[in-house]
Amino acid sequence: MRLLQLIGRVVLTFLGTTGRLALFAGAGFSHCVRPPFYPRIIVRQMVDIGYYSLPVVGLTAIFAGMVMALQTYTGTSRFSAESAVANIVVLALTRELGPVLAGLMVAGRIGASLAAEIGTMRVTEQIDALTTLSTNPMKYLVAPRLIAGVVMFPVLVLIADIIGVFGGYVVAVYKLGFNASIYIQNTYNFVQAEDVISGLVKAAVFGVIVTLMGCYHGYHSKGGAQGVGTATTNAVVSACILILAFDYILTEMFFGT
Amino acid sequence: MSQTPPKIRIRDLHKAFGPKVVLDGLDLDVGVAESVVVIGGSGTGKSVLIKSILGLLKPDRGSIQVDGEEVTGMKPGDREAVNRKVGMLFQGAALFDSLPAWENVTFGLLAQKRVTRAQARDIAVAKLAQVGLEAEVADLYPAELSGGMQKRVALARAIAADPEIIFFDEPTTGLDPIMADVINDLIVKITREVGATALSITHDMASARKIANRIAMLYDGKIIWAGPTAGIDASGNPFVDQFIHGRAEGPIKMAVRK
Ligand SMILES: Nc1ncnc2c1ncn2[C@@H]1O[C@H](COP(=O)(O)OP(=O)(O)O)[C@@H](O)[C@H]1O
Ligand SMILES: [Mg+2]
Repeated sequence: MRLLQLIGRVVLTFLGTTGRLALFAGAGFSHCVRPPFYPRIIVRQMVDIGYYSLPVVGLTAIFAGMVMALQTYTGTSRFSAESAVANIVVLALTRELGPVLAGLMVAGRIGASLAAEIGTMRVTEQIDALTTLSTNPMKYLVAPRLIAGVVMFPVLVLIADIIGVFGGYVVAVYKLGFNASIYIQNTYNFVQAEDVISGLVKAAVFGVIVTLMGCYHGYHSKGGAQGVGTATTNAVVSACILILAFDYILTEMFFGT
Repeated sequence: MSQTPPKIRIRDLHKAFGPKVVLDGLDLDVGVAESVVVIGGSGTGKSVLIKSILGLLKPDRGSIQVDGEEVTGMKPGDREAVNRKVGMLFQGAALFDSLPAWENVTFGLLAQKRVTRAQARDIAVAKLAQVGLEAEVADLYPAELSGGMQKRVALARAIAADPEIIFFDEPTTGLDPIMADVINDLIVKITREVGATALSITHDMASARKIANRIAMLYDGKIIWAGPTAGIDASGNPFVDQFIHGRAEGPIKMAVRK
């Protein structure tokens, strides 16, 4: 009996949260397309999400590319297929590692800071203050961040792809003794628009996930500093899990048979 | 009593959070250009009362009328029109951290497109002067202001759009007694200047005596006593007597759980 009660409660909580999240997302997106717009805030968020994430995304990408080259080399050399290193590196980066690693890193950075910022605004009544000052908080706080996320994540991932391929190139050429021009040729000839575009679509979805989780958990935080802390943790954890889950779903959609 | 209908009329207001009943059949009238102060202990639901009037919380039951218009269950668009008549000073000032003082002050005006950004700064400086702050404050961020200055900037923001009704949520809490008195004086001066109706909530009796025409006491989810400020010492109500003299002994039992 206890067990049934517990299962029931878990299921109800899950359904309730999903429903609330869906309503929140719907409201957020509907405000993205209805005036007034806040270009000033959108630009500031784009700079925050895009420009200031460059170091962390760049470093992640370059090491990912480097380690990919090293690992595929050890793998492929066992059956003397070393020439496939360039192909595997670029494929792995554009399809998977670029979007997923960049998404996870930015989830930590942006998901946390959005949840903390909006959560603090909630517990210090700043969100209530917005309402009393003729401003819809969903429109003013959530919509600009969703837009910035959707736009900037693909940009970041494109940059991550390029830097990652460069990392692989450096290791392949300077450490493993590949011929530089052949490596570039191999990369260039092998990669297809589909690989890159699927990665960018994933990035856009991850952008929604990260900003939505940050905003949602911040918006619904309660109970002072501790509540904001919990919101921050929940935002990052849920964003990371959703990124991995949606990565699978999207891969299945793009490449599944 | 006066012939004009009250600015705010609340009847049988109920609000509970889960099993916890906060407002339990509250009635209150606030007349035009009157300054009513609701007193009551911490956690008795004073903030919940104001947030219900503003539509930030949805009451479970009961009626709230502003200028004779029922505001409970209003559509968001109409609600916004009502809120344009209203200014609110939040308990913790609730200034926007990311904006300098001048943008905080003129936020509502800018949102309603009543002024341009170019005009807004001058207006903000004028409003800041009204609450006794120099022009230099305009460019400071909330984090750079002391508690008293934050309250004053928040006060300037609350009055910037010339509201007909102003709510003050514990305007003096967290301030030293002198700054508290400065804020009290400002509230009296400003509500008189703009001719606004004021509804304040506080547990600070000195503040209540200073800003109120009429005082109402909230206890156990209801207004248990209301009367002119001058009459509060002779209310004949043991709850009011206990509260205004700050006694631990009396009919009000603090909910101290073991
Ligand atoms: N959003 C909320 N959710 C749950 N409980 C709340 C909420 N807001 C207020 N309460 C509860 O209502 C009671 C009254 O709160 P409040 O109106 O803030 O008191 P005060 O009179 O000190 O302003 C408190 O016990 C508080 O815990
Ligand atoms: Mg309060």
